[in-house]
Amino acid sequence: MNLGPYAAFILAAYSLTTAVVVALILWVLLDYRVQRKLLADLEARGVTRRSEPPR
Amino acid sequence: MEWIALANPSRFLALAERLLPGLAAATALAFAAGLYAAFFVAPEDYQQGATVRIMFIHVPGAWLGMLGWAIMSVAALGTLVWRHPLADVALKTAAPIGAAFTFVCLVTGALWGRPMWGTYWVWDARLTSVLVLFLMYLGLIALWRAIEDPARAARAAAVLTLVGAVNLPIIKFSVDWWSTLHQPASVFRVGGSTIHPAILAPLLVMALAFTLLFATLYVSAMRNEILRRRVRTLRLLQVHAAQGA
Amino acid sequence: MTALAALLLRDTRLAVRVGGGALMGVLFFLLVVTMVPFGVGPDLKLLGRIGPAILWIGALLATLLGLDRLLAADHDDGSLDLILMGHAPLELAVAAKALAHWLTTGLPLVIAAPLFGIFLNIDGSAIGIVALTLLVGTPALTFIGLIGAALAVALQRGGLLLPVLVLPLTVPVLIFGIAAGDAAILNAAPFGAPFLILIALTLTSVVIGPVAAAAVLRHGLD
Repeated sequence: MNLGPYAAFILAAYSLTTAVVVALILWVLLDYRVQRKLLADLEARGVTRRSEPPR
Repeated sequence: MEWIALANPSRFLALAERLLPGLAAATALAFAAGLYAAFFVAPEDYQQGATVRIMFIHVPGAWLGMLGWAIMSVAALGTLVWRHPLADVALKTAAPIGAAFTFVCLVTGALWGRPMWGTYWVWDARLTSVLVLFLMYLGLIALWRAIEDPARAARAAAVLTLVGAVNLPIIKFSVDWWSTLHQPASVFRVGGSTIHPAILAPLLVMALAFTLLFATLYVSAMRNEILRRRVRTLRLLQVHAAQGA
Repeated sequence: MTALAALLLRDTRLAVRVGGGALMGVLFFLLVVTMVPFGVGPDLKLLGRIGPAILWIGALLATLLGLDRLLAADHDDGSLDLILMGHAPLELAVAAKALAHWLTTGLPLVIAAPLFGIFLNIDGSAIGIVALTLLVGTPALTFIGLIGAALAVALQRGGLLLPVLVLPLTVPVLIFGIAAGDAAILNAAPFGAPFLILIALTLTSVVIGPVAAAAVLRHGLD
Protein backbone atom coordinates (compact mmCIF):
# COMPACT_ATOMS: atom_id res chain seq x y z
CA MET A 1 0.00 0.00 0.00
CA ASN A 2 1.56 3.20 -1.14
CA LEU A 3 1.06 6.09 1.20
CA GLY A 4 2.68 8.60 -1.05
CA PRO A 5 5.47 11.08 -0.41
CA TYR A 6 3.96 12.25 2.85
CA ALA A 7 3.70 8.82 4.44
CA ALA A 8 5.53 10.03 7.53
CA PHE A 9 2.79 12.55 8.29
CA ILE A 10 0.04 9.98 7.85
CA LEU A 11 1.84 7.53 10.11
CA ALA A 12 2.55 10.22 12.67
CA ALA A 13 -1.10 11.23 12.76
CA TYR A 14 -2.32 7.67 13.23
CA SER A 15 0.37 6.79 15.77
CA LEU A 16 -0.34 9.83 17.85
CA THR A 17 -4.07 9.16 17.82
CA THR A 18 -3.43 5.56 18.83
CA ALA A 19 -1.22 6.76 21.66
CA VAL A 20 -3.93 9.12 22.94
CA VAL A 21 -6.59 6.40 22.71
CA VAL A 22 -4.36 3.89 24.48
CA ALA A 23 -3.62 6.47 27.18
CA LEU A 24 -7.34 7.04 27.71
CA ILE A 25 -8.02 3.31 27.93
CA LEU A 26 -5.17 2.84 30.39
CA TRP A 27 -6.39 5.73 32.49
CA VAL A 28 -9.85 4.24 32.72
CA LEU A 29 -8.60 0.72 33.48
CA LEU A 30 -6.00 1.73 36.05
CA ASP A 31 -8.33 4.12 37.81
CA TYR A 32 -10.88 1.30 38.06
CA ARG A 33 -8.30 -0.97 39.68
CA VAL A 34 -7.23 1.74 42.12
CA GLN A 35 -10.77 2.55 43.23
CA ARG A 36 -11.73 -1.10 43.67
CA LYS A 37 -8.63 -1.72 45.74
CA LEU A 38 -9.37 1.29 47.94
CA LEU A 39 -12.93 0.12 48.44
CA ALA A 40 -11.76 -3.39 49.29
CA ASP A 41 -9.31 -1.98 51.82
CA LEU A 42 -11.95 0.14 53.48
CA GLU A 43 -14.37 -2.76 53.58
CA ALA A 44 -11.75 -4.99 55.14
CA ARG A 45 -11.36 -2.41 57.87
CA GLY A 46 -15.04 -2.56 58.58
CA VAL A 47 -16.05 0.81 57.20
CA THR A 48 -19.49 0.42 55.71
CA ARG A 49 -22.01 2.67 54.02
CA ARG A 50 -24.83 1.74 56.33
CA SER A 51 -25.94 4.29 58.87
CA GLU A 52 -25.01 2.16 61.85
CA PRO A 53 -21.50 2.86 63.20
CA PRO A 54 -18.86 0.25 62.50
CA ARG A 55 -18.29 -2.24 65.27
CA MET B 1 -36.36 2.86 31.81
CA GLU B 2 -36.89 6.34 33.13
CA TRP B 3 -33.93 8.63 33.58
CA ILE B 4 -34.78 8.98 37.23
CA ALA B 5 -34.22 5.28 37.69
CA LEU B 6 -30.60 5.85 36.76
CA ALA B 7 -30.24 8.34 39.58
CA ASN B 8 -29.36 5.51 41.88
CA PRO B 9 -25.62 5.04 41.52
CA SER B 10 -25.83 1.35 42.23
CA ARG B 11 -28.32 0.91 39.41
CA PHE B 12 -25.97 2.79 37.12
CA LEU B 13 -23.08 0.59 38.15
CA ALA B 14 -25.13 -2.51 37.37
CA LEU B 15 -26.13 -1.06 34.02
CA ALA B 16 -22.52 -0.16 33.24
CA GLU B 17 -21.47 -3.71 34.06
CA ARG B 18 -23.94 -5.03 31.49
CA LEU B 19 -23.24 -2.46 28.81
CA LEU B 20 -19.48 -2.25 28.80
CA PRO B 21 -18.53 -5.60 27.23
CA GLY B 22 -20.94 -5.01 24.36
CA LEU B 23 -19.81 -1.43 23.89
CA ALA B 24 -16.15 -2.40 23.88
CA ALA B 25 -16.75 -5.17 21.36
CA ALA B 26 -18.79 -2.89 19.10
CA THR B 27 -16.04 -0.28 19.28
CA ALA B 28 -13.37 -2.77 18.27
CA LEU B 29 -15.45 -4.05 15.37
CA ALA B 30 -16.25 -0.55 14.14
CA PHE B 31 -12.57 0.41 14.23
CA ALA B 32 -11.60 -2.73 12.37
CA ALA B 33 -14.12 -1.94 9.65
CA GLY B 34 -13.30 1.76 9.65
CA LEU B 35 -9.53 1.37 9.44
CA TYR B 36 -9.86 -1.17 6.66
CA ALA B 37 -12.13 1.17 4.76
CA ALA B 38 -9.86 4.14 5.45
CA PHE B 39 -6.78 2.47 4.04
CA PHE B 40 -8.00 -0.04 1.50
CA VAL B 41 -11.36 1.15 0.27
CA ALA B 42 -11.08 4.92 0.13
CA PRO B 43 -9.32 6.14 -2.98
CA GLU B 44 -6.68 8.81 -2.93
CA ASP B 45 -7.94 12.34 -3.23
CA TYR B 46 -7.07 13.85 -6.58
CA GLN B 47 -5.69 16.96 -4.92
CA GLN B 48 -4.27 15.68 -1.69
CA GLY B 49 -3.16 12.17 -2.50
CA ALA B 50 -2.82 9.74 0.34
CA THR B 51 -2.80 12.37 3.08
CA VAL B 52 -6.56 12.59 2.81
CA ARG B 53 -6.51 9.50 5.04
CA ILE B 54 -5.64 11.78 7.94
CA MET B 55 -9.09 13.25 7.55
CA PHE B 56 -10.57 10.00 8.84
CA ILE B 57 -9.28 10.76 12.32
CA HIS B 58 -9.17 14.54 12.14
CA VAL B 59 -12.88 15.05 11.44
CA PRO B 60 -14.18 12.53 14.01
CA GLY B 61 -11.86 14.20 16.53
CA ALA B 62 -13.52 17.54 15.89
CA TRP B 63 -16.97 15.99 16.00
CA LEU B 64 -16.31 14.31 19.34
CA GLY B 65 -14.75 17.41 20.84
CA MET B 66 -17.98 19.26 20.18
CA LEU B 67 -20.13 16.32 21.23
CA GLY B 68 -18.27 16.26 24.53
CA TRP B 69 -19.24 19.83 25.33
CA ALA B 70 -22.83 19.17 24.25
CA ILE B 71 -23.04 16.20 26.63
CA MET B 72 -21.55 18.27 29.42
CA SER B 73 -24.13 20.97 28.81
CA VAL B 74 -26.98 18.51 29.24
CA ALA B 75 -25.32 17.17 32.38
CA ALA B 76 -24.86 20.74 33.63
CA LEU B 77 -28.59 21.31 33.31
CA GLY B 78 -29.11 18.12 35.25
CA THR B 79 -26.89 19.42 38.02
CA LEU B 80 -28.30 22.90 38.28
CA VAL B 81 -31.95 22.50 37.38
CA TRP B 82 -32.96 18.97 38.33
CA ARG B 83 -30.20 18.16 40.83
CA HIS B 84 -29.93 14.73 39.29
CA PRO B 85 -27.24 13.09 41.43
CA LEU B 86 -25.54 11.36 38.55
CA ALA B 87 -25.39 14.61 36.60
CA ASP B 88 -22.34 15.73 38.58
CA VAL B 89 -20.55 12.54 37.64
CA ALA B 90 -21.58 12.83 33.99
CA LEU B 91 -20.42 16.44 33.96
CA LYS B 92 -17.01 15.75 35.37
CA THR B 93 -16.03 12.69 33.40
CA ALA B 94 -16.86 14.02 29.94
CA ALA B 95 -14.30 16.81 30.16
CA PRO B 96 -10.99 14.93 29.92
CA ILE B 97 -12.32 12.65 27.18
CA GLY B 98 -13.67 15.55 25.13
CA ALA B 99 -10.43 17.45 25.63
CA ALA B 100 -8.37 14.46 24.47
CA PHE B 101 -10.32 14.16 21.22
CA THR B 102 -10.09 17.90 20.63
CA PHE B 103 -6.34 17.56 21.10
CA VAL B 104 -6.27 14.74 18.54
CA CYS B 105 -8.16 16.99 16.12
CA LEU B 106 -5.65 19.82 16.56
CA VAL B 107 -2.55 17.70 16.17
CA THR B 108 -3.78 15.63 13.23
CA GLY B 109 -4.86 18.88 11.63
CA ALA B 110 -1.33 20.22 12.00
CA LEU B 111 0.13 17.03 10.55
CA TRP B 112 -2.31 17.28 7.67
CA GLY B 113 -1.60 20.94 7.15
CA ARG B 114 2.16 20.61 6.88
CA PRO B 115 2.22 18.61 3.65
CA MET B 116 -0.89 20.26 2.27
CA TRP B 117 -0.48 23.95 3.07
CA GLY B 118 3.24 23.98 3.91
CA THR B 119 2.74 24.98 7.51
CA TYR B 120 1.84 23.17 10.72
CA TRP B 121 -0.54 25.83 11.83
CA VAL B 122 -2.74 28.39 10.19
CA TRP B 123 -4.99 30.84 11.98
CA ASP B 124 -8.03 30.07 9.91
CA ALA B 125 -11.57 30.05 11.26
CA ARG B 126 -11.95 26.33 11.81
CA LEU B 127 -8.60 25.59 13.44
CA THR B 128 -8.77 28.68 15.62
CA SER B 129 -12.26 27.81 16.86
CA VAL B 130 -11.15 24.31 17.79
CA LEU B 131 -8.12 25.74 19.60
CA VAL B 132 -10.38 28.02 21.63
CA LEU B 133 -12.62 25.05 22.42
CA PHE B 134 -9.54 23.13 23.61
CA LEU B 135 -8.51 26.03 25.85
CA MET B 136 -12.00 26.14 27.32
CA TYR B 137 -11.80 22.42 28.09
CA LEU B 138 -8.48 22.92 29.87
CA GLY B 139 -9.87 25.80 31.89
CA LEU B 140 -12.83 23.70 32.94
CA ILE B 141 -10.59 20.83 34.02
CA ALA B 142 -8.47 23.30 36.01
CA LEU B 143 -11.65 24.50 37.73
CA TRP B 144 -12.61 20.94 38.72
CA ARG B 145 -9.22 20.43 40.29
CA ALA B 146 -9.31 23.72 42.15
CA ILE B 147 -12.31 22.93 44.36
CA GLU B 148 -12.08 20.18 46.93
CA ASP B 149 -15.73 19.46 47.66
CA PRO B 150 -17.29 17.52 44.74
CA ALA B 151 -20.74 19.07 45.10
CA ARG B 152 -19.47 22.65 45.09
CA ALA B 153 -17.09 21.88 42.27
CA ALA B 154 -19.95 20.42 40.24
CA ARG B 155 -22.08 23.51 40.60
CA ALA B 156 -19.23 25.83 39.63
CA ALA B 157 -18.29 23.62 36.69
CA ALA B 158 -21.93 23.39 35.60
CA VAL B 159 -22.24 27.16 35.43
CA LEU B 160 -19.00 27.48 33.50
CA THR B 161 -20.06 24.69 31.12
CA LEU B 162 -23.35 26.41 30.32
CA VAL B 163 -21.66 29.78 29.90
CA GLY B 164 -19.26 28.04 27.55
CA ALA B 165 -22.07 26.38 25.64
CA VAL B 166 -23.76 29.73 25.06
CA ASN B 167 -20.45 31.29 24.13
CA LEU B 168 -19.24 28.65 21.69
CA PRO B 169 -21.57 29.65 18.82
CA ILE B 170 -20.73 33.31 19.49
CA ILE B 171 -17.02 32.52 19.46
CA LYS B 172 -17.39 30.49 16.27
CA PHE B 173 -19.27 33.33 14.62
CA SER B 174 -16.77 35.98 15.68
CA VAL B 175 -13.80 33.86 14.64
CA ASP B 176 -15.43 33.29 11.23
CA TRP B 177 -15.95 37.03 10.88
CA TRP B 178 -12.39 37.78 11.97
CA SER B 179 -11.11 35.22 9.54
CA THR B 180 -12.96 36.67 6.54
CA LEU B 181 -11.61 40.09 7.48
CA HIS B 182 -8.04 38.91 7.21
CA GLN B 183 -8.11 35.96 4.88
CA PRO B 184 -6.32 36.46 1.57
CA ALA B 185 -7.83 35.17 -1.66
CA SER B 186 -6.87 31.55 -1.20
CA VAL B 187 -9.32 29.72 0.99
CA PHE B 188 -8.31 26.44 2.55
CA ARG B 189 -10.97 23.85 2.16
CA VAL B 190 -11.12 20.46 3.70
CA GLY B 191 -11.06 17.60 1.22
CA GLY B 192 -11.83 19.55 -1.91
CA SER B 193 -15.09 21.15 -2.88
CA THR B 194 -17.45 18.32 -2.00
CA ILE B 195 -16.76 15.05 -0.33
CA HIS B 196 -16.89 12.17 -2.78
CA PRO B 197 -19.11 9.32 -1.56
CA ALA B 198 -16.18 6.93 -1.76
CA ILE B 199 -14.49 9.01 0.91
CA LEU B 200 -17.64 9.86 2.81
CA ALA B 201 -18.53 6.27 3.66
CA PRO B 202 -15.23 5.39 5.39
CA LEU B 203 -15.44 8.73 7.16
CA LEU B 204 -18.85 7.86 8.57
CA VAL B 205 -17.68 4.44 9.70
CA MET B 206 -14.70 5.97 11.47
CA ALA B 207 -16.96 8.60 13.02
CA LEU B 208 -19.17 5.81 14.33
CA ALA B 209 -16.15 3.92 15.65
CA PHE B 210 -14.89 6.99 17.50
CA THR B 211 -18.34 7.69 18.91
CA LEU B 212 -18.57 4.15 20.24
CA LEU B 213 -15.10 4.59 21.72
CA PHE B 214 -16.27 7.77 23.43
CA ALA B 215 -19.29 5.94 24.82
CA THR B 216 -17.18 3.06 26.13
CA LEU B 217 -14.64 5.35 27.77
CA TYR B 218 -17.38 7.58 29.12
CA VAL B 219 -19.39 4.82 30.80
CA SER B 220 -16.20 3.34 32.29
CA ALA B 221 -15.02 6.70 33.54
CA MET B 222 -18.40 7.42 35.11
CA ARG B 223 -18.23 4.08 36.88
CA ASN B 224 -14.78 5.00 38.22
CA GLU B 225 -15.99 8.38 39.40
CA ILE B 226 -18.90 6.81 41.30
CA LEU B 227 -16.46 4.45 42.99
CA ARG B 228 -14.13 7.34 43.76
CA ARG B 229 -16.95 9.20 45.50
CA ARG B 230 -17.78 6.11 47.51
CA VAL B 231 -14.19 5.93 48.66
CA ARG B 232 -14.34 9.56 49.70
CA THR B 233 -17.61 9.08 51.59
CA LEU B 234 -16.27 6.03 53.38
CA ARG B 235 -13.10 7.84 54.34
CA LEU B 236 -15.08 10.75 55.74
CA LEU B 237 -17.22 8.28 57.69
CA GLN B 238 -14.06 6.71 59.00
CA VAL B 239 -12.79 10.07 60.19
CA HIS B 240 -16.09 10.88 61.84
CA ALA B 241 -16.21 7.55 63.59
CA ALA B 242 -12.66 8.03 64.85
CA GLN B 243 -13.55 11.46 66.15
CA GLY B 244 -16.67 10.22 67.82
CA ALA B 245 -14.98 7.31 69.53
CA MET C 1 22.68 23.95 54.07
CA THR C 2 20.22 21.16 54.68
CA ALA C 3 17.63 23.67 55.81
CA LEU C 4 17.77 25.40 52.44
CA ALA C 5 17.60 22.13 50.56
CA ALA C 6 14.58 21.18 52.64
CA LEU C 7 12.92 24.50 51.86
CA LEU C 8 13.63 24.06 48.16
CA LEU C 9 12.18 20.55 48.22
CA ARG C 10 9.12 21.62 50.17
CA ASP C 11 8.28 24.45 47.82
CA THR C 12 8.79 22.29 44.77
CA ARG C 13 6.55 19.56 46.15
CA LEU C 14 3.84 22.01 47.11
CA ALA C 15 3.87 23.67 43.72
CA VAL C 16 3.60 20.39 41.89
CA ARG C 17 0.83 19.15 44.14
CA VAL C 18 -1.48 22.08 44.73
CA GLY C 19 -4.03 22.37 41.93
CA GLY C 20 -1.52 22.48 39.09
CA GLY C 21 0.23 25.80 39.69
CA ALA C 22 2.85 24.87 37.13
CA LEU C 23 0.39 23.82 34.46
CA MET C 24 -1.79 26.86 35.01
CA GLY C 25 1.17 29.04 34.03
CA VAL C 26 1.62 27.10 30.81
CA LEU C 27 -2.10 27.28 30.09
CA PHE C 28 -2.08 31.03 30.60
CA PHE C 29 0.98 31.28 28.35
CA LEU C 30 -0.93 29.42 25.63
CA LEU C 31 -3.90 31.71 26.10
CA VAL C 32 -1.78 34.82 25.61
CA VAL C 33 -0.24 33.29 22.49
CA THR C 34 -3.74 32.57 21.19
CA MET C 35 -5.07 36.04 21.94
CA VAL C 36 -2.43 37.94 19.98
CA PRO C 37 -3.50 36.79 16.49
CA PHE C 38 -7.02 37.92 17.32
CA GLY C 39 -5.52 41.33 17.79
CA VAL C 40 -2.99 41.60 14.98
CA GLY C 41 -4.55 39.27 12.44
CA PRO C 42 -3.58 35.80 11.25
CA ASP C 43 -0.90 36.89 8.81
CA LEU C 44 1.73 34.23 9.39
CA LYS C 45 4.59 36.41 8.16
CA LEU C 46 3.76 39.11 10.66
CA LEU C 47 3.33 36.60 13.45
CA GLY C 48 6.65 35.00 12.63
CA ARG C 49 8.32 38.38 12.79
CA ILE C 50 6.90 39.34 16.18
CA GLY C 51 6.89 35.77 17.46
CA PRO C 52 9.79 36.11 19.90
CA ALA C 53 8.17 39.19 21.40
CA ILE C 54 4.85 37.39 21.88
CA LEU C 55 6.57 34.45 23.54
CA TRP C 56 8.57 36.72 25.83
CA ILE C 57 5.60 38.83 26.85
CA GLY C 58 3.51 35.71 27.38
CA ALA C 59 6.21 34.20 29.57
CA LEU C 60 6.52 37.46 31.49
CA LEU C 61 2.79 37.68 32.18
CA ALA C 62 2.55 34.03 33.12
CA THR C 63 5.44 34.44 35.55
CA LEU C 64 3.89 37.59 37.02
CA LEU C 65 0.59 35.89 37.64
CA GLY C 66 2.29 33.03 39.39
CA LEU C 67 4.22 35.29 41.74
CA ASP C 68 1.51 35.47 44.38
CA ARG C 69 2.23 31.80 45.07
CA LEU C 70 5.76 32.71 46.03
CA LEU C 71 5.33 34.35 49.42
CA ALA C 72 1.66 35.08 50.07
CA ALA C 73 0.61 31.55 51.02
CA ASP C 74 3.47 31.22 53.49
CA HIS C 75 2.65 34.62 54.93
CA ASP C 76 -0.98 33.62 55.40
CA ASP C 77 -0.36 30.44 57.29
CA GLY C 78 2.56 31.72 59.36
CA SER C 79 5.34 29.76 57.68
CA LEU C 80 7.00 32.99 56.65
CA ASP C 81 7.41 33.98 60.28
CA LEU C 82 9.05 30.64 60.97
CA ILE C 83 11.40 31.16 58.07
CA LEU C 84 12.25 34.62 59.39
CA MET C 85 13.05 33.19 62.80
CA GLY C 86 15.04 30.30 61.43
CA HIS C 87 18.80 29.85 61.40
CA ALA C 88 19.29 30.11 57.68
CA PRO C 89 19.99 33.61 56.40
CA LEU C 90 16.78 35.12 55.13
CA GLU C 91 18.42 36.07 51.83
CA LEU C 92 19.26 32.45 51.11
CA ALA C 93 15.87 31.23 52.25
CA VAL C 94 13.96 33.47 49.87
CA ALA C 95 16.45 32.63 47.14
CA ALA C 96 15.65 28.95 47.66
CA LYS C 97 11.95 29.73 47.42
CA ALA C 98 12.50 31.73 44.24
CA LEU C 99 14.51 28.90 42.74
CA ALA C 100 11.73 26.44 43.54
CA HIS C 101 9.24 28.83 41.99
CA TRP C 102 11.27 29.11 38.78
CA LEU C 103 11.68 25.35 38.54
CA THR C 104 7.94 24.80 38.80
CA THR C 105 6.62 27.86 36.98
CA GLY C 106 9.34 29.33 34.76
CA LEU C 107 10.91 26.14 33.47
CA PRO C 108 7.60 24.67 32.22
CA LEU C 109 7.15 27.89 30.22
CA VAL C 110 10.57 27.41 28.64
CA ILE C 111 9.69 23.83 27.73
CA ALA C 112 6.34 24.84 26.25
CA ALA C 113 7.78 27.77 24.27
CA PRO C 114 9.02 25.80 21.24
CA LEU C 115 5.60 24.22 20.79
CA PHE C 116 3.86 27.58 20.99
CA GLY C 117 6.46 28.96 18.59
CA ILE C 118 4.94 26.65 15.99
CA PHE C 119 1.59 28.40 16.45
CA LEU C 120 3.34 31.68 15.74
CA ASN C 121 5.15 30.41 12.66
CA ILE C 122 8.60 31.10 14.05
CA ASP C 123 11.38 29.49 12.01
CA GLY C 124 12.68 26.12 13.14
CA SER C 125 16.15 27.14 14.24
CA ALA C 126 14.94 30.43 15.61
CA ILE C 127 12.54 28.60 17.91
CA GLY C 128 15.49 26.94 19.62
CA ILE C 129 17.24 30.24 20.09
CA VAL C 130 14.17 31.96 21.50
CA ALA C 131 13.74 29.05 23.91
CA LEU C 132 17.36 29.47 24.95
CA THR C 133 16.87 33.17 25.66
CA LEU C 134 13.82 32.27 27.73
CA LEU C 135 15.79 29.64 29.62
CA VAL C 136 18.41 32.20 30.53
CA GLY C 137 16.01 35.09 31.08
CA THR C 138 13.05 33.62 32.99
CA PRO C 139 15.07 33.17 36.20
CA ALA C 140 15.69 36.92 36.09
CA LEU C 141 11.93 37.48 35.84
CA THR C 142 11.32 35.26 38.87
CA PHE C 143 14.07 36.78 41.02
CA ILE C 144 13.02 40.33 40.19
CA GLY C 145 9.43 39.31 40.84
CA LEU C 146 10.57 38.11 44.24
CA ILE C 147 11.09 41.74 45.24
CA GLY C 148 7.55 42.63 44.22
CA ALA C 149 6.19 39.60 46.04
CA ALA C 150 7.99 40.66 49.20
CA LEU C 151 6.65 44.19 48.90
CA ALA C 152 3.11 42.95 48.39
CA VAL C 153 3.37 40.77 51.47
CA ALA C 154 4.94 43.48 53.61
CA LEU C 155 2.45 46.10 52.52
CA GLN C 156 -0.48 43.73 52.79
CA ARG C 157 -1.83 44.81 49.44
CA GLY C 158 -2.92 42.56 46.68
CA GLY C 159 -4.45 43.12 43.30
CA LEU C 160 -2.41 44.78 40.62
CA LEU C 161 0.19 46.21 42.98
CA LEU C 162 2.57 43.35 42.38
CA PRO C 163 2.59 43.52 38.58
CA VAL C 164 2.75 47.33 38.66
CA LEU C 165 5.81 47.17 40.86
CA VAL C 166 7.57 44.40 39.01
CA LEU C 167 6.98 45.21 35.35
CA PRO C 168 9.22 48.27 35.08
CA LEU C 169 12.04 46.37 36.72
CA THR C 170 11.80 43.62 34.13
CA VAL C 171 12.13 45.98 31.15
CA PRO C 172 15.87 45.37 30.64
CA VAL C 173 15.35 41.62 30.69
CA LEU C 174 12.59 41.92 28.13
CA ILE C 175 14.61 44.22 25.87
CA PHE C 176 17.69 42.06 25.72
CA GLY C 177 15.81 38.78 25.67
CA ILE C 178 13.75 39.81 22.65
CA ALA C 179 16.77 41.45 21.00
CA ALA C 180 18.66 38.18 21.19
CA GLY C 181 15.68 36.30 19.78
CA ASP C 182 15.16 38.81 16.98
CA ALA C 183 18.83 38.69 16.08
CA ALA C 184 18.39 35.01 15.39
CA ILE C 185 15.40 35.62 13.13
CA LEU C 186 16.56 38.66 11.23
CA ASN C 187 20.25 37.73 11.09
CA ALA C 188 20.88 41.43 10.90
CA ALA C 189 21.96 42.21 14.43
CA PRO C 190 24.49 40.27 16.47
CA PHE C 191 23.18 37.66 18.85
CA GLY C 192 26.12 37.50 21.21
CA ALA C 193 25.93 40.98 22.68
CA PRO C 194 22.33 41.01 23.87
CA PHE C 195 22.62 37.39 24.98
CA LEU C 196 25.63 38.08 27.18
CA ILE C 197 23.89 41.09 28.68
CA LEU C 198 20.87 38.88 29.35
CA ILE C 199 23.06 36.42 31.22
CA ALA C 200 24.56 39.29 33.20
CA LEU C 201 21.08 40.56 34.08
CA THR C 202 20.04 37.16 35.34
CA LEU C 203 23.15 36.75 37.47
CA THR C 204 22.67 40.22 38.91
CA SER C 205 19.02 39.64 39.71
CA VAL C 206 19.83 36.35 41.44
CA VAL C 207 21.86 38.43 43.91
CA ILE C 208 19.88 41.64 44.13
CA GLY C 209 16.47 39.99 44.25
CA PRO C 210 16.90 37.94 47.43
CA VAL C 211 18.87 40.69 49.18
CA ALA C 212 16.20 43.31 48.46
CA ALA C 213 13.35 40.93 49.24
CA ALA C 214 14.91 39.94 52.56
CA ALA C 215 15.39 43.59 53.50
CA VAL C 216 11.77 44.36 52.69
CA LEU C 217 10.50 41.40 54.67
CA ARG C 218 12.60 42.26 57.69
CA HIS C 219 11.54 45.89 57.79
CA GLY C 220 7.99 45.31 56.70
CA LEU C 221 7.07 42.46 58.98
CA ASP C 222 8.43 43.95 62.15
